[in-house]
Amino acid sequence: MSQKIKMTQRDSQIRKKDFKEVNRGYSKTEMLLEAKRCLQCKVPMCVKGCPVEIYIPVFIECLLEDKPKDALKILNQKTSLPAVCGRVCPQENQCEKNCILGMKGESVSIGNLERYAADATANSEDENIYVEKNGIKIAIIGSGPAGLTCGGDLLKQGYNVTVFESLHDTGGVLRYGIPEFRLPKKVLDVEINKLKKLGMKLVLNTLIGRTKTIQDLFDEGFKAVFVAVGAGLPTFPNIPGENLNNIYCSNEFLVRVNLMRSYDFPNYDTPVYRGNNVVIVGGGNTAMDSARTALRLGAESVKLVYRRSENEMPARLEERIHAKEEGIEFATLTNPVKFIGDKNGFVKAVECVKMELGDPDESGRRTPKIVENSNYIIETDMVILALGLNPNPILPSLTDNLEVDSKGHILVDKNYMTSVPGVFAGGDIVVGDTVISAMGMGKQAAKSIMRYLTNN
Amino acid sequence: MYKILKKEEIGNRVYSIEVYAPEIARNAKPGQFIIFRIDDKGERVPLTVAGTDIEKGSVRIIFQVVGKSTTQLSLLNEGDFIEDFVGPLGHPTKIKNYGVVVAVAGGVGTAEVLPVIKELKKAGNRIILIIGARSKDLIILENELKETSDELLFATNDGTCGIKGFVTDVLKVVVAKEKVDVVYAIGPVLMMKAVSDLTKGKNIETIVSLNPIMLDGTGMCGACRVNIDGKTKFACVDGPEFDAHSVAWEELSLRLGLYKNLEKISLDNFSFNRECKCHKR
Repeated sequence: MSQKIKMTQRDSQIRKKDFKEVNRGYSKTEMLLEAKRCLQCKVPMCVKGCPVEIYIPVFIECLLEDKPKDALKILNQKTSLPAVCGRVCPQENQCEKNCILGMKGESVSIGNLERYAADATANSEDENIYVEKNGIKIAIIGSGPAGLTCGGDLLKQGYNVTVFESLHDTGGVLRYGIPEFRLPKKVLDVEINKLKKLGMKLVLNTLIGRTKTIQDLFDEGFKAVFVAVGAGLPTFPNIPGENLNNIYCSNEFLVRVNLMRSYDFPNYDTPVYRGNNVVIVGGGNTAMDSARTALRLGAESVKLVYRRSENEMPARLEERIHAKEEGIEFATLTNPVKFIGDKNGFVKAVECVKMELGDPDESGRRTPKIVENSNYIIETDMVILALGLNPNPILPSLTDNLEVDSKGHILVDKNYMTSVPGVFAGGDIVVGDTVISAMGMGKQAAKSIMRYLTNN
Repeated sequence: MYKILKKEEIGNRVYSIEVYAPEIARNAKPGQFIIFRIDDKGERVPLTVAGTDIEKGSVRIIFQVVGKSTTQLSLLNEGDFIEDFVGPLGHPTKIKNYGVVVAVAGGVGTAEVLPVIKELKKAGNRIILIIGARSKDLIILENELKETSDELLFATNDGTCGIKGFVTDVLKVVVAKEKVDVVYAIGPVLMMKAVSDLTKGKNIETIVSLNPIMLDGTGMCGACRVNIDGKTKFACVDGPEFDAHSVAWEELSLRLGLYKNLEKISLDNFSFNRECKCHKR
């Protein structure tokens, strides 16, 4: 059986010193070889694994005929952000997991092919897509993956879409969270500019709830609202010393570097500390992103501390491999219990304990337990905490009758409608997961919004 | 882009500007803040709203020139634009009739306390205002302060206005003289801490408006976390006002010093690039 064509990467010893993209993307020859591996199944299982149900065999067939523009059209029927999805989706758990070739050998590299289709067409002139406008105004709150997807779909159906963003730039987590070396900002800009050309209005610096309320939006003539404000509040471990200087939450660290470009300080105004011996706490993709970013800012050593074993890490395998290649050290079954500071309040060490795995919890992962008397010290001058996020309370607390669960996630029905008629929600404010699941929810919500507006 | 409608130098290196931002003007309440970014390379800087004019659609901010961003902001003129301006952020001050309110302010806190005491006065409170400054000529907005308070007292380091000493020296006298229901303090951390220490012993409810280092200002990043009664809270979503007696003051002051060196590099770099170099070789 044929083996998949591996995507080439920049040398780990060179790439760890800059922010340029790690994966190179397929050449045309590589793309053709990989596209040829697709069996063009009559009942494609891969499509079932895709949260937005892209017609995967069809776009691959277009590529095989070397028609990336046609492939893009097929992709665009289901996703407005193929260059993003091709890079950051966990395909190994979705479409590629279902690929029939994967049963006995290696699945088709669907993500790499999707990326090729998007990149090969990035600079081509858009064909004029003429959509008859219906004049109905819809407000999207948040310009991250869920918001852009929902807005993009509604736009293509003729709705008048305005996206409100609280930050000074678009893209949400795609811009402030995911680093340049995984998702170059110009790739994101290409995708967002396409949506702008289709007529999407993007209003920055507007924190809905505070700058104006959802009720104000209805008063301004918006007929439906989609809330996609993302996960807000970072989680802290609640242990002594967590507020010492140079202990960052991953969100702060990544926002400084990605959104505010502090890697280019003082050319850009926002400072960030560049640690020498950096400790990252956490095992998700954000932890990997933080670790690899710290390395690129000049760290001599970066150690990732995680309380379970590597098997339980939520981070993608590819990210873990890339991180290790670049020299990130994994200290698994280890958990911090205390941060120790110097006299000026700067962190100088982390006290950790060893952990062992016990019985599986409700998510199926084995629960870590502390090994008694296993405390030891790791010296450090910078700690980055990547422990996940809680829902941001601002919008729910300032919107009358908007119901949330005990953790603060907005409650929605099967159509993604909230307890407030005409207000829908999706993405991490509803349930935290991945970029593509947020996009999936944005897509479903767009359908529901259209149904709601037709019926009311 | 947000237009500067009016600019005034109201004190030594202290400026008042009015920015056209009608939505913020309509919704901002006392105690809230905005974040501005001077240009596409700028940092996000939080400043307390010092007033609004709904008819003109303007938001007033008052700032002292300290670092690179405030230097740059002070160089803009009426008619110029600020790249980004977002708000209002944070919880507004809880306005109700407490009875007798002593407001203590220092530095640019003097400007920031104005909208708060205006509303508190409207709600029926008697307002005793204590202003601290190094010297008489550094006192700003004296007329407005007089208009919005029932009693106005000063403390200066050199004794050129009011008593010679600190705001706490004045506060001590006030609380000894009459029953105070609430103390509201805004200004430098050292001042707020001193006020807090004084009122804690006397069991007087005290509210402070904190100004930790902030980044997004919407709860996302955790930069502005403060320790309140042993719990980590975010000044941007849980504050900026907190019960003074619950604040871990030492930690707050250490955290404020985090970027001192880098901030200096940023300012030096900016000043160097602004200098005329045509005569230098």
